[in-house]
Amino acid sequence: MPRKSWLGMALIGAALALAPIVVGASLGNAWVRVLDFAALYIMLALGLNIVVGFAGLLDLGYIAFYAVGAYLYALLASPHFGIHWPAWAILPLGAAVAGLFGVLLGAPTLRLRGDYLAIVTLGFGEIIRIFLNNLNTPINITNGPKGIARIDPISVFGQPLSKPVEFLGITFSGVMLYYYLFVVLALGIVFVGIRLQDSRIGRAWVAIREDEIAAKACGINTRNVKLLAFAMGATFGGVSGGLFAGFQEFVSPESFGLMESVMVLCMVVLGGMGHIPGVVLGGLMLTVLPEAFRHGAGPMQQAMFGKVLLDPEALRMLLFGLALIAVMLYRPAGLWPEPRHRRELAK
Amino acid sequence: MAALLDVLNLEVRYGGIAAVKGISFAVEQGEMVCLIGANGAGKTTTLKALARMLPSKGEMRYRGDRLDRLPGHAPISRGLALVPEGRGVFSRLTVAENLAMGAYHRPRHESGEVAADLDRIHELLPRLKERRSQLAGTLSGGEQQMLAIGRALMGRPQLLLLDEPSMGLAPLMVQKVFEVVRAVAAQGVTILLVEQNAKLALEVCSRGYVMESGDITLADKADVLAADPRVRAAYLGE
Repeated sequence: MPRKSWLGMALIGAALALAPIVVGASLGNAWVRVLDFAALYIMLALGLNIVVGFAGLLDLGYIAFYAVGAYLYALLASPHFGIHWPAWAILPLGAAVAGLFGVLLGAPTLRLRGDYLAIVTLGFGEIIRIFLNNLNTPINITNGPKGIARIDPISVFGQPLSKPVEFLGITFSGVMLYYYLFVVLALGIVFVGIRLQDSRIGRAWVAIREDEIAAKACGINTRNVKLLAFAMGATFGGVSGGLFAGFQEFVSPESFGLMESVMVLCMVVLGGMGHIPGVVLGGLMLTVLPEAFRHGAGPMQQAMFGKVLLDPEALRMLLFGLALIAVMLYRPAGLWPEPRHRRELAK
Repeated sequence: MAALLDVLNLEVRYGGIAAVKGISFAVEQGEMVCLIGANGAGKTTTLKALARMLPSKGEMRYRGDRLDRLPGHAPISRGLALVPEGRGVFSRLTVAENLAMGAYHRPRHESGEVAADLDRIHELLPRLKERRSQLAGTLSGGEQQMLAIGRALMGRPQLLLLDEPSMGLAPLMVQKVFEVVRAVAAQGVTILLVEQNAKLALEVCSRGYVMESGDITLADKADVLAADPRVRAAYLGE
């Protein structure tokens, strides 16, 4: 690797390491928490990017895998069943179970594409959520709509990340510690994503996205390769779900609605489908900007009109919709698309 | 000796509708054979069934081995390549990447031979070399057809199934595409060609089959078919 890119990576690393300290000191821990969520959503978006961006399979139920990972963690590390497994055992298990669910979703939908696939996956996402909502009778598995509380925090080397740590004279709060864990894992997922993209499998996914019959005629086992896309994407979702459960220490079906699936899909599409840096940007923007808006819209209206005219929450969705329309009109390939994709659309 | 490709009572149904109604035909090694017929006669369906893109009934043998039980990704590694209808290039991949996908099934240790094949294809289709870093979707229709043929050749097939290579092309381009097809045949590749352009197909091929609503109604040498009054009336516009 040339020296320049080493330097660039060192700078990015330093920026990532210092971000929570600077943000925590200037804006408060609530904003570090937003960064934590940004990292989680980036992992989710990168997982969905495999399915939607690489393999071209429109999945509207992606959040179900996040839910599977989160509930698995919740059930295996909380007083609900009295089981307290360590996170490092549950997270890989969650990835595997979510991957299995990915195959379960993929197998019956192998022949579907586009709109039809979207409808079926949407249904799948809802099925999972409704199951979570109702699996409290006859045997209480998921605790229904009340959700599962008092989940064990994630521990690293015996240190629960929810407790602050003092290091080099700086107090690292729980949200900061989670930040570092999430960023390291997100970087890992970015790395895996990049390696996958340039691999034989990555090429096979793209070929299927472009033309399934031609891909098959080239000798690609389209069935297995599509199932692999679903499984891989789901695996990333499962890991992020487990992290979410440990971080929040609480899960309920409410967190896994259709809106969440749509949000993650927006991150992928807005950022630049199939382009990893774009998807990271999309994930970051769609987590941070709405939060900034939530905090900023009320006081701004106070200052301008002397009272709050529009509920910031409603205004947020309105502006979000407008932003989506604007991006699709002016940057149809996303904010940061793959360079070659942009070339083609510009024609 | 058995033919390179032997088809016996091939039947393909789309739900309740029989698109191909139990046809039988054969292609010998080194031959160039065409299937001609009107829209909806079942030509493309036949080709898709041969490439295992559609489930079918009846027996298909390739070099004496049963073809009809293979999954769709298997024929290419046995030397049977399909150039699909509508070309099916990977439009958001470059020309070079498209060609590389054609060799997807070939093992890593063959990489030297793959490179040699690429050189030969570049020689046969110089436009592809010029445009190798261009996205396939930005090529003209004729160039895309050339690319689709080139991609299929990268799999080093012995039998090439060509589905309507003239579709949607200007007459001059059609001539060029057929020149390429001839050149490929001259390299010893057996070709089964599906065409609506019966005149041209019968010119380049040695034998032909005429399909009508799922059945083969005529089978003969190409020049005999081209002279047949029924063919002339139905397909050659006389």
